[in-house]
Amino acid sequence: MSGNNPYGQDSQHHVLSVLVQNRPGVLARVSALFARRGYNIFSLAVAPTEHADYSRITIVVDLASAPLEQMTKQLFKLIDVVRISELDPRHSVERELIMVTVKATAEQRGQIVELTNIFEGKILSVGVDAITVSLDGSPSNIDDFMVALNQYGIVESQRTGLVALPKLDRAATASAAKSPKGKAS
Amino acid sequence: MKETLTGAQALIRALEHENVEVMFGLPGGCILPAYDPLIESKIRHILVRHEQGAGHMAEGYAHVTGRPGVAMVTSGPAATNLVTPLCDAYMDSIPMVGITGQVPTAAIGTDAFQECDTVGITRSITKHNELVMSAQDLPMVVRQAFHIATTGRPGPTLIDIPKDVLQNEMTWYWPSDDEVLDSLPGYRPNVKGHTKMIKEAARLILAARQPILYVGGGVLKARAAAALRELAELTQIPVVTTLMARGAFPDSHPLCLGMPGMHGTATAVTAMQKSDLLIALGSRFDDRVTGKVSAFAPDAKIIHVDIDPAEQGKVRRPDVPIVGDCRLVIEEMLKAIKEMLQSGEKQADVGPWRSRVSGWREQFPLAYDQSEPGAALKPQFCLEKLRDGAPEGTIVVSGVGQHQMWTSQYWNFEEPYTWVNSGGLGTMGFAVPAAIGAKVGRPDKTVWAVDGDGCFQMTAQELVTASLERIPVKIGILNNSYLGMVRQWQEMFYDERYSEVNLSGTLPDFVKWAESMGCVGIRVEDPQEAESAIDKANSINDRPVVVDFRVAEDEKVFPMVPAGKSNDDILLHHSQDSRREFLK
Ligand SMILES: Cc1ncc(C[n+]2csc(CCOP(=O)(O)OP(=O)(O)O)c2C)c(N)n1
Ligand SMILES: [Mg+2]
Repeated sequence: MSGNNPYGQDSQHHVLSVLVQNRPGVLARVSALFARRGYNIFSLAVAPTEHADYSRITIVVDLASAPLEQMTKQLFKLIDVVRISELDPRHSVERELIMVTVKATAEQRGQIVELTNIFEGKILSVGVDAITVSLDGSPSNIDDFMVALNQYGIVESQRTGLVALPKLDRAATASAAKSPKGKAS
Repeated sequence: MKETLTGAQALIRALEHENVEVMFGLPGGCILPAYDPLIESKIRHILVRHEQGAGHMAEGYAHVTGRPGVAMVTSGPAATNLVTPLCDAYMDSIPMVGITGQVPTAAIGTDAFQECDTVGITRSITKHNELVMSAQDLPMVVRQAFHIATTGRPGPTLIDIPKDVLQNEMTWYWPSDDEVLDSLPGYRPNVKGHTKMIKEAARLILAARQPILYVGGGVLKARAAAALRELAELTQIPVVTTLMARGAFPDSHPLCLGMPGMHGTATAVTAMQKSDLLIALGSRFDDRVTGKVSAFAPDAKIIHVDIDPAEQGKVRRPDVPIVGDCRLVIEEMLKAIKEMLQSGEKQADVGPWRSRVSGWREQFPLAYDQSEPGAALKPQFCLEKLRDGAPEGTIVVSGVGQHQMWTSQYWNFEEPYTWVNSGGLGTMGFAVPAAIGAKVGRPDKTVWAVDGDGCFQMTAQELVTASLERIPVKIGILNNSYLGMVRQWQEMFYDERYSEVNLSGTLPDFVKWAESMGCVGIRVEDPQEAESAIDKANSINDRPVVVDFRVAEDEKVFPMVPAGKSNDDILLHHSQDSRREFLK
């Protein structure tokens, strides 16, 4: 089922973590730039950061559409973009959330609950002939979960798109990483 | 002392604080409040006949002064009329600030009368734009807009102001430089090139045997013409100036090869193809210059100096990328080269290369067939006469089409900021308003616009503005009765199947039209009349002049590299075809 794997180990996909000023229209600017230059977005997650003035946009980009270097440089030209880091999956922690409603007869319910427990997911809602579960984890973890659930018949599902942060070094966490000031170039 | 102003008063005062001396615009419903305090302001406002005119005037003004042009218009249709000039300024990196009215904040999103999503529409054609939601924000937003438009890679910015924001009260303040920088943490253009890269560039320059300085508009934006000249003369490296850079290096200079690209000189095009090092300064490897990219300058190493990091490697991967302001980088390069020479390093001998290039220049000058007695004027002949009759330092503006290419080819550009044209977007209708803006910016200079009969009909009404505002520009229409450039492509690439390119030749009567707009109109049909008509036009300085040159319909622009073809496949004037081998 690797064809179903939206991110996984595919080298065509890269994760950009984009720190932006938290201002009206900033998401529109970013997505308009991708559309205008013909860059493909695989997933996109955006929310405010710990600092009220900034939001973080995590974009999984499709490198088949353009070289990563051009994407980041063009993105960087947006005035509201403060910093861009490319997150190498080997050096970052990645999480995604999925909610899935699966068909479940009374007999199957137990199996699905067990499966969800193995993946360390949660049961969110139980109906007569279906059950809704959730899982947060790495994208590949979520892919595996989906494969496992598939046999029961998936009624509906929703993934959030990836969020990620750099893995911490053994050394002290650089306070510089927190300062949004001083764009590199 | 705290001072309370309306948003409109704050806007006008902020523009005064930015040293705006002139703005181009046309009022309407939502921008009305801003036009009231303008009455008391020392800022000159030029009332246009169409908002597109205001935008191109602002561009023309910016081109020749280096200062941001300002255009102010109302919401909805006026804002959309400003879209073309904004895009034009974006493509050619022209500093410009657009100010648009917007429906009151409470009405935004309701499809109110004359509402349009101006910020949304102009997002991808401005360097930055902002919808102002509070009167208190206005001084800061204005400062940001000017700062962003004029620094780094220049470009247009737009401020969209709802009517109630103009009417509401605010407490006046003027942000400091630091406050502006602090408010823009994501904007820190890099102006100083990387020292190691500059040294590496100097090394490549001294080692190159067949180098070319490939100069683009960025050199003019950075006011780097003097530094460029020093670099060229020190190293004896020949120079090509792109369509956007005409005037950055004197055409009369022995090292100048003229314009490269689709209609460039055979020498400039070929010298780039054969070079072993292209020193790209503020140029962007545009498709009109490179032709087929994979076949462009195949043996050349590339040094690419540009203030916009995104230009590095966009089209061609540079061997030495240098992000920075062209003037600062060239000055550092000069230092590095001089140091190396002083420490005993030798520059490779570029003598053989220079004589090869000179050979091309002798063999392949610009060429056209003189008209037979009694036959129609040749456009190139008109340009030669215009050029030879123009007072020193004349600013030349052009529209888009064949006449533009001939102007760039046949004019002798000796000084920077004497050439104004629409390169990146290729906007027909640019010339008349841009010439007006240029004349406003440089009233001391003669301004000639060389326009096409097609282009002229797109924005000619601004000559009414010019007459009323006493802006004595001169327009020479190379009237070939055709959308000539399109006609040329149909002749060459569509088997002479002409489709919708004939503009009639009888209508309009350009002389009468000019006169009706308060201009002097002159018609030239015979080569004998050209000189005296041009002298007459040059002697008139109290109103605009329009000269209608009735030129041959079927003249084509040569040389030409057909779109998508390699620069090696350059088409020459027929008189030079037999010498083609010489370019190998
Ligand atoms: C606004 C706009 N519409 C269409 C074009 C396409 N176009 C490029 S050159 C040209 C012909 C221009 O005709 P004219 O002004 O008479 O100049 P000529 O080529 O005859 O010198 C056209 C239609 C354009 N560049 N801009
Ligand atoms: Mg024409």
